[in-house]
Amino acid sequence: MLRLEGVKKLFSYKNAQGGKAAKVAVDDISLEIKDGEIFGLLGPNGAGKTTIIRMLTMLAKPSAGNIYYGQLNIRDDSQKIKELIGVVPQHINFDQDLTVGENMHLHGRLHHMPEKERVKCIGEMLEFVELSGRINDSVRALSGGMKRRLLIVRALMHKPSILFLDEPTVALDPQVRRRIWDLIRKMHRSGVTVVLTTHYIEEAENLCDRVAIINSGKLIALDTPKALQEKIGSYAVEWDNEKAEREFKIFRSKEAAKDFADGLVQQNVLRRRSNLEDVFVELTGRKVNG
Amino acid sequence: MMLYDIITAFWRDWVVLKHRMIKFILSRMVAPILYLVAFGWGLGKSINAGGGSYLDFLVPGILALNSMNIAFNSLSPLHGERVYHKSIEEYFTAPINPLSFAIGKILAAILRGMISSAIIIVLARIFGADFSITPLFLLVLALNSAIFAEIGFYAAMTIDSYEDMGRFNTYILMPMSFLCGTFFSPDKLPLVFYYFIHVLPLTHTSLLLREISRGAVPSMVSFGVLLLYMAGCFLLCARVTKKAQE
Ligand SMILES: Nc1ncnc2c1ncn2[C@@H]1O[C@H](COP(=O)(O)OP(=O)(O)OP(=O)(O)O)[C@@H](O)[C@H]1O
Ligand SMILES: [Mg+2]
Repeated sequence: MLRLEGVKKLFSYKNAQGGKAAKVAVDDISLEIKDGEIFGLLGPNGAGKTTIIRMLTMLAKPSAGNIYYGQLNIRDDSQKIKELIGVVPQHINFDQDLTVGENMHLHGRLHHMPEKERVKCIGEMLEFVELSGRINDSVRALSGGMKRRLLIVRALMHKPSILFLDEPTVALDPQVRRRIWDLIRKMHRSGVTVVLTTHYIEEAENLCDRVAIINSGKLIALDTPKALQEKIGSYAVEWDNEKAEREFKIFRSKEAAKDFADGLVQQNVLRRRSNLEDVFVELTGRKVNG
Repeated sequence: MMLYDIITAFWRDWVVLKHRMIKFILSRMVAPILYLVAFGWGLGKSINAGGGSYLDFLVPGILALNSMNIAFNSLSPLHGERVYHKSIEEYFTAPINPLSFAIGKILAAILRGMISSAIIIVLARIFGADFSITPLFLLVLALNSAIFAEIGFYAAMTIDSYEDMGRFNTYILMPMSFLCGTFFSPDKLPLVFYYFIHVLPLTHTSLLLREISRGAVPSMVSFGVLLLYMAGCFLLCARVTKKAQE
């Protein structure tokens, strides 16, 4: 079990007036992630998702609060915790001077994998993401999507029991994205705890057992996708307003939605089931994908 | 286990060096050849260095300044790995003692310093310089490389912009290259300057190398200064490595 207790992160920065100020990137977040679940962190740009992941993976220290991995805590047991975790960062952080294979070997060495196991594992992993032919190529020569695929399998090499993925499927084509989802589900079935952030609502709906919605560093909702959606109401009506912008309203009952829709005089009225995206927009007041 | 992790960090730099070994060796030959031609052959003829030829006087100086520059600059790419590519996060999310990362990097920089020193020793012999090389001589070179590798590591881990890394070269390494007993003996300097120069580690490296190459008894004080610098800089590296994860 992974537990955050009152976790806070402040950054100092130069404000618009040129003075020094402290920005609260993560504001007093407490939550629990259960063993074996797929946990999603959702939130608009700058909400604090990456900062949370960085604190969980010990790349950043919380300004206040505690993080526990079962009995272990990040202050005293970082080395032990690092044996358990796998990290897929938001930015691609390969060693630019090494080849694809060398990058993988570096990872394996850093996680104390014996050479034989490393070679075998690298072969399998590259096979899986269809990069076997590129093993001796410079990582710089890979396309953006290939890099991201490689980034994900690299984090799996040492068989972590908790996997952190910060926007794992950005810039992937639909087939590959689905393969990555399959891979995440496979990890899940084998007992791995998965913590991921995403801007793709579909991804969260498809994969996550529970999602936390973060806005401006605060935790504003946490539940299963279905429960969240039911909480705001299961029925949605959308229409075009005068400025040709899409608007929507959520209703608890089908009848209420129908009555409202029938009363609308605007264009393109549509009735549908509500979804996680509606929850997101309702709670954060912003659209996710622009 | 720590040894294994040190080897891993070292292995990475070794792989990179291996990719570019020929280029590395060729590029390391340019500056020493220029020094040897300009100061050894050109100016050297008209300089009296007391006793031996100016070329013999010069070679230890070149070795000192070269190992300094190479060791420091071996770790300046670390700056990009930290700030732009962020590839050093790999080390900090792995179950290793971060110190082993620092040590591995520093050892790799020492190796580069020593390889480039070997190139100069060969070149200097070809140019006809006469000096003796003992294990102690090599130890001093390694110490000097270690000190400046540590300083390079510290700079790469703390400096924010790439330009400032360059400034380090311009304002600190360049002046030291010329003033620290490398091209002329610091005895000839005004007194205040003399003391200031003797606070800097490179001066002691030059002095030691010159003494040893002439077969004279090396100064224990100079050794002490170098060891002190090495230990002090290492502590700084340890601190900054720990801080990198905050
Ligand atoms: N190293 C840093 N120094 C200063 N401020 C930072 C730093 N890292 C993040 N921040 C700030 O913290 C806030 C949260 O950033 P974070 O990267 O966690 O957002 P995010 O939810 O991951 O956003 P995105 O969806 O765009 O990836 C932002 O306001 C950001 O500017
Ligand atoms: Mg982010």
